[in-house]
Amino acid sequence: MNESTIEVIVSILVLIGVALALISAFGLIRLPDVYTRSHAATKSATLGVLVTIIGAFLFFGLSEGVYSVRLILGIVFVFLTAPVAGHLICRAAYRSGVSLAEESVQDDLEPILGSEEERRAKNKERHHRSS
Amino acid sequence: MFDLILLISLLLISFAILVALYRVYKGPSMPDRIIALDSIGINLIALIAVFSIYMRSTAYLEAILLLGILAFIGTIAFSKFIERGVAIERKHD
Repeated sequence: MNESTIEVIVSILVLIGVALALISAFGLIRLPDVYTRSHAATKSATLGVLVTIIGAFLFFGLSEGVYSVRLILGIVFVFLTAPVAGHLICRAAYRSGVSLAEESVQDDLEPILGSEEERRAKNKERHHRSS
Repeated sequence: MFDLILLISLLLISFAILVALYRVYKGPSMPDRIIALDSIGINLIALIAVFSIYMRSTAYLEAILLLGILAFIGTIAFSKFIERGVAIERKHD
């Protein structure tokens, strides 16, 4: 494959990745509460990074013949861990009593885990006991 | 042309990191800040990837894997601290 074709493919991939990163950053600014913000930050930033790393992988693979195993490992690792991190931090936020946005209409976990004040008090007591 | 596109995308990723830093500064609750720091880590991975294309060098590729692992471990530790009050629990004896 000649040089300019590689450059066109790689720059398209990198630009898609950058656009997704920007969209996730604006979602991080504009959305109303923690849960919607993590929705924006986890999904679109992960996809943007994956597309960018695939662009780098194709660039080094096609132009220099170096098919880097580290980049493949990085792709797999980011793809596996970013949603897990988002899930854990949302779970911690809910269980420590961070409130939902005022616009939200339904909270299915509330009958199970108790209201916001109860969760906050329980979390404070848990912190107190462990320290 | 290609180098210009790479430079512009480096600038735009840095802008995304700045926007996330605003969320770290302002975020009303602690999980907000941690989510923003996690997305800064993810964006730094993309920044390193674009930078290594720009420098035509494969020497930076270890840093991608390393940064991914470190961002994940940091977020896990913080969320466990928020939820339980400790990051590493003691054994029950």
